[in-house]
Amino acid sequence: MMTNTQTLASARTGLGAAVLALTLGVALLAVSGMAQATVLHDAAHDQRHAMAFPCH
Amino acid sequence: MMRRMTNATQWHSPATKRCRVNDMTKNLLSSAVFAGVVAGLLAALLQFVFVIPMLLEGELYETGARVHFVVDGTTMSEKGAPGLGTDWGRHLMTIAFNLVTYTGYGLILAAAMMIARQFHGAEISARAGLIWGLCGFLAVQMAPAVGLPPELPGTIAAEIGPRQAWWTGTIIATVVGLWLIAFSRGLAPVVGAVLILLPHLIGAPHLDTYYGIAPPELSAEFATVSLGTAAAGWTLLGWAVAYFLTRGDNA
Repeated sequence: MMTNTQTLASARTGLGAAVLALTLGVALLAVSGMAQATVLHDAAHDQRHAMAFPCH
Repeated sequence: MMRRMTNATQWHSPATKRCRVNDMTKNLLSSAVFAGVVAGLLAALLQFVFVIPMLLEGELYETGARVHFVVDGTTMSEKGAPGLGTDWGRHLMTIAFNLVTYTGYGLILAAAMMIARQFHGAEISARAGLIWGLCGFLAVQMAPAVGLPPELPGTIAAEIGPRQAWWTGTIIATVVGLWLIAFSRGLAPVVGAVLILLPHLIGAPHLDTYYGIAPPELSAEFATVSLGTAAAGWTLLGWAVAYFLTRGDNA
């Protein structure tokens, strides 16, 4: 019973860390690949084409 | 890993437990960042050797410095990429954004490995990481490229909004599909395969006209070379994320 609760707790912390990493990852990709602001678009232009993001 | 965590939480005070939680999060984030930097640097290097010269050649057609189909009315155009030039600021940005992009993908890949380990008992090793990386390549590069080939600058295409939506949807459907095939039983893997197929049955947004600004050979080569480069980057990313994750576990 004790072990079960703790396994659950450790699973939950793993899930928390994973959700945090997922959120950060998506935020970085939104900036490097998707945002259409001109400054960002121009700076990221070559990389977006090279990585096949839909660019403009 | 799971057993070690359980033992650790059993014998230590709540403060130590909090420490473990932080260690886990720290290991996850730092592994993803290290791996993202390593893979991003390799990808940038390969891009400068193979992809950027073609991209710059494509720009000659985008700007009209070269025009296809115009010389004597024949279909021949001179082949040859311009040099990389001296616009170091521009190239530095390309390297920087590769690091950002690969770190982003690294974070998502690390999170996925963590979830697979916790909930499906998947074993994470550097060798398994190669497969994770290849599956990442399939989902994020290959599947969307089937409908929307990597584009040379100057390619005339449908509106950006619908293309971004199809691109994002295809990646999500492929990730979920691959996940079902890898980690579920019964009929679920079949559902996974259908999910992978679905975006292509729906079809990517395309125009009803061909513009053909750049020579088709150049566009085709650009598409394959950028996919090849991404395959290398993703494979290294998967290996490195798993390598750093397991190294952090054993520390």
